[in-house]
Amino acid sequence: MNAARKNPFNTYAAHGALILYTLIALFPVFVIVINSFKTRKAIFREPLALPNSDSFSLIGYETVLKQGDFFLYFQNSMIVTVGSLFFILLFGAMAAFALAEYRFKGNLIMGLYLALGIMIPIRIGTVAILEMMVQTGLVNTLWALILVYTAQGLPLAVFILSEFMRQVSDDLKNAGRIDGLSEYRIFFRLVLPLVRPAMATVAVFNMIPIWNDLWFPLILAPAEEVKTLTLGSQVFIGQFVTDWNAVLSALSLAILPVMALYVIFSRQLIRGITSGAVK
Amino acid sequence: MSDPHSKPKFRWHIVVFLAPAVLVYTAVMIYPLFNTLRLSLFTEVDQARVYVGLQNFRTLFGDTVWSTQFWNALGNNFWFFVIHMLVQNPIGIALAAILSHPKLRFASFYRSAIFIPTILSFVIVGFAWKLILSPIWGIAPGMLDAVGLKSLYAPWLGKEAYALTTLSLVSVWQFVGIPMMLIYAALLSIPEEILEAAEVEGITGLAAFWKIKLPLILPSIGIISILTFVANFNAFDLIYAAQGALAGPDFSTDILGTFMYRTFFGFQLQLGDPHMGSTIASAMFAIILVGVCLYLFGIQSRMRRYQF
Amino acid sequence: MTKSTLIGAMLATTVLAGAAAAEDVTLTIESWRNDDLAIWQDKIIPAFEAAHPGIKLNFTPSAPAEYNAVLNSKLDAGSAGDIITCRPFDASLALFEAGHLADISGLEGMASFSPVAKSGWSTDDASIQYCVPMASVIHGFIYNKDAFAELGIEEPKTEAEFFAALDKIKEDGTYIPMAMGTNDQWEAATMGYNNIGPNYWKGEEGRLALLAGDQKLTDEAWVAPYRQLAKWGNYLGDGYEAQTYPDSQNIFTLGRAAVYPTGSWEISGFNGLADFEMGAFYPPVQNAGDTCYISDHTDIGIGMNAATPNPEAAKTFLNWVGSSEFATIFANALPGFFPLSDAPVTLEDPLAQEFISWRAECESTIRSTYQVLSRGTPNLENETWNASVAVIKGEESPEDAGKRLQEGLSSWYDPQK
Repeated sequence: MNAARKNPFNTYAAHGALILYTLIALFPVFVIVINSFKTRKAIFREPLALPNSDSFSLIGYETVLKQGDFFLYFQNSMIVTVGSLFFILLFGAMAAFALAEYRFKGNLIMGLYLALGIMIPIRIGTVAILEMMVQTGLVNTLWALILVYTAQGLPLAVFILSEFMRQVSDDLKNAGRIDGLSEYRIFFRLVLPLVRPAMATVAVFNMIPIWNDLWFPLILAPAEEVKTLTLGSQVFIGQFVTDWNAVLSALSLAILPVMALYVIFSRQLIRGITSGAVK
Repeated sequence: MSDPHSKPKFRWHIVVFLAPAVLVYTAVMIYPLFNTLRLSLFTEVDQARVYVGLQNFRTLFGDTVWSTQFWNALGNNFWFFVIHMLVQNPIGIALAAILSHPKLRFASFYRSAIFIPTILSFVIVGFAWKLILSPIWGIAPGMLDAVGLKSLYAPWLGKEAYALTTLSLVSVWQFVGIPMMLIYAALLSIPEEILEAAEVEGITGLAAFWKIKLPLILPSIGIISILTFVANFNAFDLIYAAQGALAGPDFSTDILGTFMYRTFFGFQLQLGDPHMGSTIASAMFAIILVGVCLYLFGIQSRMRRYQF
Repeated sequence: MTKSTLIGAMLATTVLAGAAAAEDVTLTIESWRNDDLAIWQDKIIPAFEAAHPGIKLNFTPSAPAEYNAVLNSKLDAGSAGDIITCRPFDASLALFEAGHLADISGLEGMASFSPVAKSGWSTDDASIQYCVPMASVIHGFIYNKDAFAELGIEEPKTEAEFFAALDKIKEDGTYIPMAMGTNDQWEAATMGYNNIGPNYWKGEEGRLALLAGDQKLTDEAWVAPYRQLAKWGNYLGDGYEAQTYPDSQNIFTLGRAAVYPTGSWEISGFNGLADFEMGAFYPPVQNAGDTCYISDHTDIGIGMNAATPNPEAAKTFLNWVGSSEFATIFANALPGFFPLSDAPVTLEDPLAQEFISWRAECESTIRSTYQVLSRGTPNLENETWNASVAVIKGEESPEDAGKRLQEGLSSWYDPQK
């Protein structure tokens, strides 16, 4: 290792910059979470103070938890998010591999076709999507959401994954072919493990809009049994809502699970990235 | 590539690889979208749908009531994009460069923390920043006061001159994790041998970043730029969550997404007009398509890729 | 979670959703009143179900801002609920014309409503009704009684008294004179322009003249309210440009502001939040002794999805909504939303009683922009929001605002051409 790489001044500067940005990143979340544990008066008097014995209150959480089955909502959100991610990654990686690996007529056109979807907000197709779900009887099922999110996530997944797959060494794949591996095996055994970092990245990016989406749950699956967490907490964030204890508590409840999810995924993500980099 | 003995043999595996994605995507996304965009060629007269050709586009660009709104939204959208390119992406790259330093301690903590805003929903982001910037709650004025800069405070979100820039920066705050992660992954996949070889040549530190790493991660920067472009011109939620569908004050934060939503689905007493709404959506689509094609044919195809 | 349990869980949810259709008829109610969820669940639904065995109700509100978009999408695709909560005037009229709302003119329950009450949900020629009128809201000002007592201020009756009171509060400095912000825009128009305006354009007289094309938005009666609004900016809190609606509600209920321009719909929420006594006064008139006009706006109706599989049950429910039993439950559960039926109702809430008492003292009208006038492009209601904000901030003169709105209106509305 070269001396420049361990220059202590650089290290301090690096930590300084990162700490500063970390504070900026976490500050708003901190404000919401601490205030969700305070009485309404205290929220306004000293918004930055930590809750103390005087100002501590769980009234917001009581209001929110009375209003719905948040555990069920959480479970629905989990199923939808994990299910959609599974299909996005599987289908997306397969299509990306086909586009990145093979020369065939219509490759470029197919690539463009699959990228079209990131250029128009899928929301404007709402009525047609809803009609289709009504006809197939999928309204008020989690499948309706999984299908929509899979379709919505595919273009970006194909776009990013094909870029990464182009960077996988041809020698490796050709060596596999000489060993008599089928194209499927080359994809699943050789290429997929190598693009794990990109897969993890795609997973994290897709997870967020899916978890946070309000629109499609509202339209495709508003029933109580299939409500997602975001939809369940939306009741508190309407226009005519003054009960800030409930709003802040609902927001905190919506933040915490997705943060936990992210921390779990983020381990995978990093493991994926480092194992990919070692190769 | 395929079996050399039977050249004309149809390569079924390509179909197998493509089919699931293409089927789901075509049925659930492309078909509904084009079914909607088609509406831009129609209008409604007495509950009946009438084909009018490009008349709606003439209205959008020719009628001042519509065209002023459209150009205003487009201009705002460009500013929104410019701020993301100038602020979000450089910060993202810088953070990734620092984080990818092999000896850095707590790297995973920083990385996770900085990514957290990205995982929050727009409702939360809009609400949190409105609170912080609010003149009523006094968090922003109080903090500026603490460093003696109280005079700099203004109710930014309520002022025509500042509202859009403020919201763009909030959006940058939220999404900086995305370029950071993509560049981080790209930087980590640069083989150590290349960097060591450079060190032997005496290229280290910042010089190594500019001369070795940056050229190697250019394809990733390209992806990020085009993703930023597409995301910005499709943006809607943050403005909607913070300023409502009328994108106040006085439409100074109106971007194409909010303009389209308001027209398509209606707002308050304004009835939804799917025909004009899809006309705007088609115009947005055309703008984004042109941008993406410029990238794909003008930049991406010329970019050098390195296989490791 | 492994893949197989995941799929198992999904299948289970699908089956559950299918099994929900039981023997009883269940009516699903679409609404934007998510604030009323608890009241429906605890009071209204049990009362109805007790009296009508065999019919179950399911109240499924969405947020007000998304309601129209969500409802229209669901109606177009055929997945909307049986009962539709109706926005007044054109939004619902469009649904009726598109065949989504059923004609319920013949319903017995409709007999207990006056033509004015029905006007919000009738065709332009008033021949067909498609929603049962449910509630109206009355505009005015709520004030902090403790603050007024402390500063020795009486309820203002005239404009001069009103501004004198605001000056006095401002001078004293303990309270923000008036809690309102312009960030969300609609308050400036709804609680500002349409709150104080009827006194100038003489309620229904002016509104109908504008509809007929006999008056213009550039006339003194329509510009004068803007002139008053232009003075409001001085009395709002610091940074009111970025103050949101919930901000204003909180400032007032925390006792930091003295006056809150508003509508009666706030009452039920404020009762639980404010720990001081609240009073209310109607918009002050120009000169002592003038007739006062109030905005008593038809706000909520309820109708039947034309495609419902259970029309009989839906009609039973709508008839019940027209009954005095419903009116009493609703009015007392939600003080501030006043029933529109002729059925006599007693209100227990003193503040709500104060608001409703103005009906006897003043002439009632509805918001000027709601009937017909917001049908075209540019949309007069949205323009009024924009103009009211610009006038309060001093960015547009009252005269220019009137001129701009008139130009917009006359560009598409034939009687104004």
